[in-house]
Amino acid sequence: MAVEFDGGVVIAADSRTSAGTYIPNRVTDKLTKVTDNIYCCRSGSSADTQAIADIVNYHINFHRMEMGEDPLVKTAAKVFQDLCYNYRDSLSAGIICAGWDRKLGGQVYSIPLGGMCIRQPVTIGGSGSTYLYGHVDATFKENMTKEECLKFCKDAVSLAIMRDGSSGGVIRMAAISEDGVEKHLILHEDITKFYRE
Amino acid sequence: MAATCVEFATGGFSFENCRRNAILEEKGLKPPKVYKTGTTIVGIVFSDGIILGADTRATEDTIVADKNCSKIHYLAPNIYCCGAGTAADTEKTTQIISSQLELHRLNTDRTVRVCTANRLLKQMLFRYQGHIGAALVLGGVDSTGPHLYSIWPHGSTDVLPYVTMGSGSLAAMSVFESRYTPGISREDGMKLVRDAIAAGIFNDLGSGSNIDLCVITKDKVDYLRPYDEANKKGVRQGKYAYKKGTSCVLTETVRKVEFVVESTQVKVEAMDTV
Repeated sequence: MAVEFDGGVVIAADSRTSAGTYIPNRVTDKLTKVTDNIYCCRSGSSADTQAIADIVNYHINFHRMEMGEDPLVKTAAKVFQDLCYNYRDSLSAGIICAGWDRKLGGQVYSIPLGGMCIRQPVTIGGSGSTYLYGHVDATFKENMTKEECLKFCKDAVSLAIMRDGSSGGVIRMAAISEDGVEKHLILHEDITKFYRE
Repeated sequence: MAATCVEFATGGFSFENCRRNAILEEKGLKPPKVYKTGTTIVGIVFSDGIILGADTRATEDTIVADKNCSKIHYLAPNIYCCGAGTAADTEKTTQIISSQLELHRLNTDRTVRVCTANRLLKQMLFRYQGHIGAALVLGGVDSTGPHLYSIWPHGSTDVLPYVTMGSGSLAAMSVFESRYTPGISREDGMKLVRDAIAAGIFNDLGSGSNIDLCVITKDKVDYLRPYDEANKKGVRQGKYAYKKGTSCVLTETVRKVEFVVESTQVKVEAMDTV
């Protein structure tokens, strides 16, 4: 999931990769770097999303070298969309592209299964997101601070981990702003609990 | 104007019969079985390098096709790769990538990096959309230190301090999950990898026979084949044949049978097939 705040974005994801009933990787990093200030959250087929992220990484860095300045988040989101839309029949990839640029500040773009691209103040994706729509609608407020966004993301991913069998492990979060990326790791014993033990 | 179009053999995989085979299968033809290495392959990062391990059984359905096959493949002097899945695919894929890495080494005049091997492998497997049934454990040491990857047939990769692959991966992973520690020593690491493969050999029907190890450090590679025979065939404790005279002879008579030789020639006659 990803949330915009004044001056940046917060992105978050769980760390589970599954193959049927087996978990080949319980500490996956689904927050994948595109440039220093643009990241993407990957969901769907691990092979497809890794391949897409690698190709976008190549295009955007080539673009950065040609232009001699940092690419915009919307440019990266558009490259993601082009690939996801053109190959929509053979790909299974739900991607959130988020980051900070000098023109529009913190931005979140959602590129779901069919290859649509839409900017949203907050977005959720992946198998665990179905459990979160109600919570996000009820809890999300415009103009939250970075700290409020981090708490909001931590709580939401915690809820998804507790209810979705395909989500689990640790929570990885990152706050991207003009100053760069601030990474957070929340171990499984520290995830938010919404019930009495 | 008549023109001849020469097609050059480019090597690698050919999928030209895929459509034909699909149609034949639809009409009820049973496709031939391929060697699937029901396998246990593993790798760990230890204090100053990488240890790769593999069993040596190759199976063809329920038959053990090879009791001592080699599953740790050479990619570059500092990079090796364990293969599980379709034996032909792992063999050919590692050979193709090995060739590309050697050309890359000659072009750049540098020791090739493990991330390069990983990128070549994942891009090739992704291009073939999982039709190349190769599940790999890639390990090596380069200028940036030791690196370990697991690569899946569809082209996704993971970076982890310890990985397992193949049908025995669950048994092997249970050994790693209980005993792996970061910065483990060479001796303890080799023992741990041995035990992980042994767990695969004993608990997975698709894995068996010997244990191969490959220890890669900054300036030395030890390819140990076999490192250990996990389940050596036992020696029979006693003899079970009856001793001569166990059953006593009550009577004995010798008779001469008279016969007349008619011919010593054997005649070849056609078989009566009607």
